[in-house]
Amino acid sequence: MHLSSDIGVWIGAFLTLGIFSFLYKDNPVYKFCEHLFVGISAGYYVVLTMISSVYPNMIQPLFTNFSHERNFLLVIPLVLGIMLFSRFFPRGDWLSRWPIAFILGVYPALRITGFAQGDLVEQVHGTILPLWVPGDTGTTINNWLLVGGLVTTLIFFFFSKEHKGALGGSAKVGIYFLMISFGASYGYTVMARVSLLIGRVMFLLDDWLGILRF
Amino acid sequence: MNPVLTVLRSLDRRWIFLAVGLLVILPLAFGFHLAPVVPSHRAKGFYDAIERLPEGSTVLVAGDYDPGTRAENYPMHLAATRQLMRRNIKIIGVELYPAGVPLADDVLRIVAAEYDKKIDTDYVNLGYKVGNELVMSSMGSSIPKTFPVDSRGIPIAKVPVMRGIENFQQIDMIVSISAGYPGTKEWVQQVVSRFHVPMVAGVTAVSAPEYYPYLQAGQLQGLLGGMAGAAEYEVLVGKPALATRGMDAQSLAHLFIAFMILLGNLAFLPQRKPAKG
Repeated sequence: MHLSSDIGVWIGAFLTLGIFSFLYKDNPVYKFCEHLFVGISAGYYVVLTMISSVYPNMIQPLFTNFSHERNFLLVIPLVLGIMLFSRFFPRGDWLSRWPIAFILGVYPALRITGFAQGDLVEQVHGTILPLWVPGDTGTTINNWLLVGGLVTTLIFFFFSKEHKGALGGSAKVGIYFLMISFGASYGYTVMARVSLLIGRVMFLLDDWLGILRF
Repeated sequence: MNPVLTVLRSLDRRWIFLAVGLLVILPLAFGFHLAPVVPSHRAKGFYDAIERLPEGSTVLVAGDYDPGTRAENYPMHLAATRQLMRRNIKIIGVELYPAGVPLADDVLRIVAAEYDKKIDTDYVNLGYKVGNELVMSSMGSSIPKTFPVDSRGIPIAKVPVMRGIENFQQIDMIVSISAGYPGTKEWVQQVVSRFHVPMVAGVTAVSAPEYYPYLQAGQLQGLLGGMAGAAEYEVLVGKPALATRGMDAQSLAHLFIAFMILLGNLAFLPQRKPAKG
């Protein structure tokens, strides 16, 4: 056993155990750790954004190379950014609607085009598969499962006609495919949560207590 | 009512927490091993895609995660950097998670010391930039304009590894280590489909099912899902480390949780109402 002599590790261990204490029941130590995390995170993000984005991408080019490569255009985002702060003043808060409108215009456009290219077109393309692959039974079965799962699940979400007869049967098969996917997602979620616990236990046993055996 | 069923139905959840805690602590503390880690075709795809790159290629490694998912993402980040540096591939790091910068710096520093690589000539970390998809889109126009300085504040014009890098045309592959948004999905949507850059991804387990369609459609060449994916990849890289060590604890906890789900369902089965009609 080699206890850590690093004060940072001791603080980390205290905060980890403080958060874990919530598993027993809510308590002041947990509340303290939680509030500390929220406060430090907020401060860290503000400072990092200023240092890594606002200063090098706007302030620095605007105030040192104003005429270089049309840097003067950066005045526009600077003014829009300042207008966002008008929300703090009730009489002029309407000014913040302009930059928000700009953000609302740009983001959906970017995301819709990205989705159309990356998901819609490519995913439809990815499901156009041969349903008979000579000499490869495994791939043939996989392709049938994929295409069958896709079609029956789409039918399940088709609400323009009552789910009866062949349509109802296909929709029911679609439900089974959905259930299997929910089960797989839940399994992965369990794995994710256990992994996070393992990471913290490794930190406590190795970095803090120094008793980990590998 | 059966007394066993009564106990099961009123079981305090804290006993389950305790049992999961012990099943994670004991294998790690006493170091016993249940079963070897066997790489899946998804992990092999990740490994082979990097192996196919010629020496001297330039790879963008996006470390889009923070300490919240360190246990899952850090081992795969470390292993991918090891494979890249072992193959003399130049690395450009970027992070779209604010708290990802120190983790990426840590990974690059550790692995660079192992393979005797130098910052600026063999690798650089451009750091964090606010803007999510906008950053990706902007990098497609100009990486130097999007990242005028690296994570240390040094102008990238003075960084040799960035010489000749203008946009994604000079990037041979993207390695996305992702915890969620912004991450792998956005890199696929904004970069892979628009600029056709090959990409592999290492993601958290909770988000992994979301990326299987990308793998199936060939938009991703390989996929590591959670700690299990990281462990498989560590085996392929030939340096079992953090993730491989955690797999026995993971297996025991999974078995216990699966058993408890089964037991819980059995306990409530007699209460099930018969279907109407």
